[in-house]
Amino acid sequence: MATTIWTQQWLEQLRQTRLWRSIFRRGPARTNRTRSLAVFGNLGLHVLPVKVREKSLSVRATYYLGSISFFLFVVLTITGILLMFYYHPAVPDAYRDMKDLIYVVSNGVFLRNLHRLAAQAMVVAVFWHMFHVFYRGGYKPPHEFNWVIGVGLLLVTLFLSYTGYLLPWDQLAFWAITVGTNIISYIPVLGRPIRFLLLGGHIIGQNALLRFYVLHCVILPLAAVALIAAHFWRIQKDGGLTVRDDHE
Amino acid sequence: MSEKNSYEVGFSSDALRQPRRIVFITRKTSAKVKEEIGPQLMSFPHVILRESIAFQVLTIVLVALALFWDAPLEQLANPLLTPNPAKAPWYFLGLQELLHYFPPVLAGVLIPTLVVLALVVIPYFDVNIEGEPLWAHRSRRRLQIYAGAFAVLFVLLAIYNAWTVLVPTALVGALGLIPYFNPTGNSRFQKFLGSRPLPWWVMTWFIAVALTLTAVGTFFRGPGWSWVWPWS
Repeated sequence: MATTIWTQQWLEQLRQTRLWRSIFRRGPARTNRTRSLAVFGNLGLHVLPVKVREKSLSVRATYYLGSISFFLFVVLTITGILLMFYYHPAVPDAYRDMKDLIYVVSNGVFLRNLHRLAAQAMVVAVFWHMFHVFYRGGYKPPHEFNWVIGVGLLLVTLFLSYTGYLLPWDQLAFWAITVGTNIISYIPVLGRPIRFLLLGGHIIGQNALLRFYVLHCVILPLAAVALIAAHFWRIQKDGGLTVRDDHE
Repeated sequence: MSEKNSYEVGFSSDALRQPRRIVFITRKTSAKVKEEIGPQLMSFPHVILRESIAFQVLTIVLVALALFWDAPLEQLANPLLTPNPAKAPWYFLGLQELLHYFPPVLAGVLIPTLVVLALVVIPYFDVNIEGEPLWAHRSRRRLQIYAGAFAVLFVLLAIYNAWTVLVPTALVGALGLIPYFNPTGNSRFQKFLGSRPLPWWVMTWFIAVALTLTAVGTFFRGPGWSWVWPWS
């Protein structure tokens, strides 16, 4: 008890210091004013609403599926950056790097497991999130355009997962991408040019691996970040999450 | 009542001088027209705290799973050695299953494009915004359309022998008829079915088909895309 009080006093003093105030630009978040400041005075949090409806915080309202999709994206970004330190987008070095992750790199297996698992989970979570939002009627006015952004995010998620699938350069990766890119060539007229553009050639080889690597590590993640930011910001601008009475 | 202070009095009976504002609010037409907003909470700390806990739980579950489950890694890629069957990632196996039945332009291009377009236009084409149950009005006429649509689908799917699409379609179709033939059903499940609007039925049909196709493509397809049992 005494320790708690001492800690509180110490924290209180810390919050009053010039350094603390210079960083956080506010005092302790004890009044609604400073709590508002905590959200819109923060670069990362300011896309969120300052106040939310109590009902929209119930587990049944969202099952946290949107948040879980986002958290998985964060986990994938962190583990992905770590994996990039051990990976060369070249044939056959890419496959050798996989073997190194298993036999040489400390916790390399764990790192790859985590990335793979989170990737599969993110595809599931994003689909589930979409269907749940549909059944809750979350796409109805004024949320129409945020639903469209969400469909864009679903596509980016699928492309992210798909481009990552080739990178280990094993049989599983090679033939899965073969099946997928063959489907593209069925598109009338544009099919073959699109496939050529995606693979950097007529076959899945060194060029295709490099293109998938750049798409997977740079272009698609940037697209995802932009869309996620817009998606979150629109929740606030459209007046918060749809809240519905539970009468199912 | 002096002319000078009229703004203090409120409404004047002269409509030209003081326009009336009349608002018609239709029930449940828009999320903007809420009956009431209800109690609100500050995002900081209520949302931040909950989200932090959710993130921590998720991380713990992921780490626990990653310790016991290993990511697959097969032999080095070999363009000369085609595995049989060669499978796409699991979320595209529904498409691959469709390709087994339909011509490639239909299954590989037209259907996925239409699905994405349909998803995009959902909020703009939801004519039944009130969420009125499927059989609420003109139920005989609706039954004719319902049966007609199902018959066309049935014939198309039967021509192509696409029975992994046909079975979930028939099941959801039959489920939709329960509230029509037994509108006074009293069990919770029957009441639930009876209150579902058309968009609900379309989406449920889509999910049923997509889940069936993905599950079949993942677990029940072997060499030459033939049917195999996952335990054999």
